[in-house]
Amino acid sequence: MESAATTNHMEIVYERPVTLTDTPMHYCPGCGHGVVHRVLMEVINEMGIQDRTVGVAPVGCSVFAYNYMNVDMQEAAHGRASAVATGIKRVLPEKYVYSYQGDGDLAAIGTGETIHTVNRGENILMIFINNAIYGMTGGQMAPTSILGQVTSTTPYGRKSDLNGFPLKITDLVTQLPGAYYVTRQSVHTAAAVRKLKKAIEASFKYQPLKKGTCFIEVVSNCPSGWKMTPIEANAWMEKNMFPLYPIGDLKVPKQN
Amino acid sequence: MIRGTVLINRDICKGCELCIAACPQDSLGLSDQINRHGYRYVQLVQDNCTGCINCALVCPDCAITVYQEPRAKAKSSAQRVPAL
Ligand SMILES: Cc1ncc(C[n+]2csc(CCOP(=O)(O)OP(=O)(O)O)c2C)c(N)n1
Ligand code: SF4
Ligand code: SF4
Ligand code: SF4
Ligand SMILES: [Mg+2]
Repeated sequence: MESAATTNHMEIVYERPVTLTDTPMHYCPGCGHGVVHRVLMEVINEMGIQDRTVGVAPVGCSVFAYNYMNVDMQEAAHGRASAVATGIKRVLPEKYVYSYQGDGDLAAIGTGETIHTVNRGENILMIFINNAIYGMTGGQMAPTSILGQVTSTTPYGRKSDLNGFPLKITDLVTQLPGAYYVTRQSVHTAAAVRKLKKAIEASFKYQPLKKGTCFIEVVSNCPSGWKMTPIEANAWMEKNMFPLYPIGDLKVPKQN
Repeated sequence: MIRGTVLINRDICKGCELCIAACPQDSLGLSDQINRHGYRYVQLVQDNCTGCINCALVCPDCAITVYQEPRAKAKSSAQRVPAL
């Protein structure tokens, strides 16, 4: 362990939360999935709801989320995480329930489940990791891939006439009456991570109110799929994804 | 200047360098050595860390523990006198 200064007289100001298991994560270096896992688990730890929380993992790179998240977890079939979370929440309404999905999972094969879950106003938190690509399967175009983006299935860049337009599914679900809180955040800087943490905290605090679905998009990276270093990937994301997917709240609960 | 330091779990660090970019003090750098997974891990390269936790917040692998000198007692939230 490297530490130039002695820690004897110092206090710990940041440490790994107990809600993250000790299992090292399998994600590529610099992948945003790890940061989101960690922030989510920090909130659950700080709110003291570890034994009252149930998470639903997707198919995609985060398919093994249940190995890292030290709460009750259920794996869902591809795209169906919000439907599975609906069932869990309805049977166990006193639990805090969240789903965790990538863009291929939530906005391609699971589009129907996503829209209907929010339209029913299910009292769950949906976390949506938008890295504009299918990371797990080798970097194919996702519905959220941006125009011009080179992927393994759009080697000359995504073209709207051939591949359609990027799907802004978060804007879409914002329009639905069942949406209670919708926000778009990121994890590329310490300040962004702090804001995401606040958004997750707010979502769990809203859940017992039974007012509808909380939906958090995290604009994230995929250094391997994008064929960039993590630093390059975050810079590319800021320059190219943020204009299309601007960071900020899309729907906030009305003050009583 | 508040003093702090970091402890890096070199076995799980993947050398992504995001913490290096996030550190306002340029306290961190890559080691010349590799860990058992073949990654050059991160280490303190200057003893000027302030314990701001920025590096820990951006680390995808939760490999960083941050320490800080205790702040003046009167300022700690537990001891703060509520405003009347
Ligand atoms: C029914 C079914 N169709 C297709 C696949 C192949 N598949 C696995 S993951 C995935 C998409 C992953 O992309 P995303 O949800 O964006 O997750 P990421 O890896 O980018 O985090 C696909 C198409 C599958 N596993 N099951
Ligand atoms: S392929 Fe992409 S999304 Fe998957 S772990 Fe690697 S960087 Fe992350
Ligand atoms: S705690 Fe702050 S100053 Fe210390 S290494 Fe991390 S980012 Fe740098
Ligand atoms: S952010 Fe974490 S994994 Fe990446 S280089 Fe720093 S300590 Fe290692
Ligand atoms: Mg994806």
